[in-house]
Amino acid sequence: MPAEAGPLTIAGVVFHSRLLVGTGKFSSPAIMRDALAASGTELVTAALRRVDLNNPDDPTLSHLELNKYRLLPNTSGARDAAEAVRLAKLARAATGNNWIKLEVTPEPNYLLPDPVETLKAAELLVQAGFVVLPYMNADPILARRLIDAGCATVMPLAAPIGSARGLRMRDQIQIIIEQATVPVVVDAGLGLPSHAAEAIEIGADAVLVNTAIAIADDPVRMAQAFKLGVAAGEAARLAGAADASFSARASSPLTGFLRERSS
Amino acid sequence: MSFAEALDRLDWPRIRERLIHTTASDVGMLLRREQIADHDLPALFSAAADSALEEIARRAASITAHRFGRVINLYAPLYLSNVCVNDCDYCGFARRNTLKRISLTVEEACREADVLYDEGFRHILLVTGEAPRAYSVDDLLEVVQRFAGRFASIAIEVFPMSVDDYRRLEQAGVDGLTLYQETYDRGEYAKFHHGPKADFDARLRAIEAGGEAGFRSLGIGALLGLKDWREEAVALALHGRYLAKRFWRSRIALSLPRLRPAKGGFAPPHPVADRELLQMIVGLRLALPDAEIVVSTREPAHLRDALISLGATRLSAGSRTNPGGYRDPDGAGRQFDVHDARGPREVAQAIERGGREPVWKDFDPAFLNAPRA
Repeated sequence: MPAEAGPLTIAGVVFHSRLLVGTGKFSSPAIMRDALAASGTELVTAALRRVDLNNPDDPTLSHLELNKYRLLPNTSGARDAAEAVRLAKLARAATGNNWIKLEVTPEPNYLLPDPVETLKAAELLVQAGFVVLPYMNADPILARRLIDAGCATVMPLAAPIGSARGLRMRDQIQIIIEQATVPVVVDAGLGLPSHAAEAIEIGADAVLVNTAIAIADDPVRMAQAFKLGVAAGEAARLAGAADASFSARASSPLTGFLRERSS
Repeated sequence: MSFAEALDRLDWPRIRERLIHTTASDVGMLLRREQIADHDLPALFSAAADSALEEIARRAASITAHRFGRVINLYAPLYLSNVCVNDCDYCGFARRNTLKRISLTVEEACREADVLYDEGFRHILLVTGEAPRAYSVDDLLEVVQRFAGRFASIAIEVFPMSVDDYRRLEQAGVDGLTLYQETYDRGEYAKFHHGPKADFDARLRAIEAGGEAGFRSLGIGALLGLKDWREEAVALALHGRYLAKRFWRSRIALSLPRLRPAKGGFAPPHPVADRELLQMIVGLRLALPDAEIVVSTREPAHLRDALISLGATRLSAGSRTNPGGYRDPDGAGRQFDVHDARGPREVAQAIERGGREPVWKDFDPAFLNAPRA
């Protein structure tokens, strides 16, 4: 996100919030609904394995105010490209929505994304006409490959899902931001609003938060806090932050001798 | 190396010594570490760790919330047959017991499934005894083929099989395999089990065959009451860690069923108190942060309601432990008497009151049958 950037724009669609929110892990659908409202988000993701797209009474779907949000179905639980592609196609057939958050996580513990299968699935889905938002490890080369494949964003993880560890992959994410030609959405591992602020401050276009809001003692208040964290990060970015420094600097301690010689 | 070999190499005298002689300050040191090593497991399940139960429970609650969220998955067992060639001392289905034995036809199984479907269940666990002539792999396969697509998740708790048979079931739509070792003590195991099930190693090998067949969930467990629970806890944790490393694509599920009254009147030699069961559950959560922990209707309602925030992630509800039991509760002999007799809706409401969302569907048949890369 350049300092003067306009609103977040993904595949031509403009969003006025840089906070994406997930719908899993909440203690009730009603709390999820209220937290989404408090977050100010306009783009929410839901796991296809959790929702029954053919059932209008599905607890998650019936509490999602879909007139307020764009729904971003995700392929959470897919272990390889074939499973992810099939889930995406089922979702599109059921909803008419061709946006998909691509998640290929063959290992059920840390749920880290499989780079090989993610790229393979992204290529197939883009060819099939999907708008693909891939969850990925913070690998700058993989980001380039996914962008080359035609993905609408890249979504590098800050830390493993649900870990609340914050921007552990900061240096790698900075390289991705520097090189990306599509929006960079920092996904997974953000535990506090200050983590979200930090991601936006270093130039991420948006962040996606789920666990930190869903399992807070007061999810609605935490959703508001993340909204403020993202807004603070964006304001700081626009304000042009001073470089951090712990010591006073001489004006040119190393090259000053040049002036002395010439005078 | 198979887990049977790993188990035989353990230094049990040393483990027992640590289960008894670990001090409260050793436990304090252990809890300051972020990760629990294999050699820390005896301290975690030691008598001294009881004094730190509140702290262990607090950490277990936090880990469970982070890894699984504030949700509890619900499932129901569907007993297909109570015919069994085994004669295990504690089991209601033991050959020695006189009871009405039946094996459901596919149509009867479908009618049972209709009851569960109408109650809201989308995760189903198919259960049989071990009697290949009365209930074969092909019989089971036929039921799975009828249920696939209708239920979001189909798991089996049946009898040990070969990799090939497991693979046929996996390809037909089974995503979870449950096979309890019952006890990890070879000597004690031999005392209680009679018939083909008496082969301790074959049983341990079978869950590994299931891992090779590619089941997404591998469920293991120790039947509490047969043997000192602290030793079982150490072995169960090591078994879970072994399977998670070797079959890294599969999720591990842990069960800790306490023996319940059953036909035959078996008295468990090592009964486990509520507080001890809690220490085992919260300790296992620290040892295996990502494992499912299953708590069945063998446990009383008040305990199940408390466990949903302390480590449990999956509950059965409204269970009948006899084939045909959902349509005709007294038609055939039961495996054991359930303790929590509440209906599924009542259990779901209790979960909501406990600040958790009851989840009826957390899988999709669309995942299955994908061509493997």
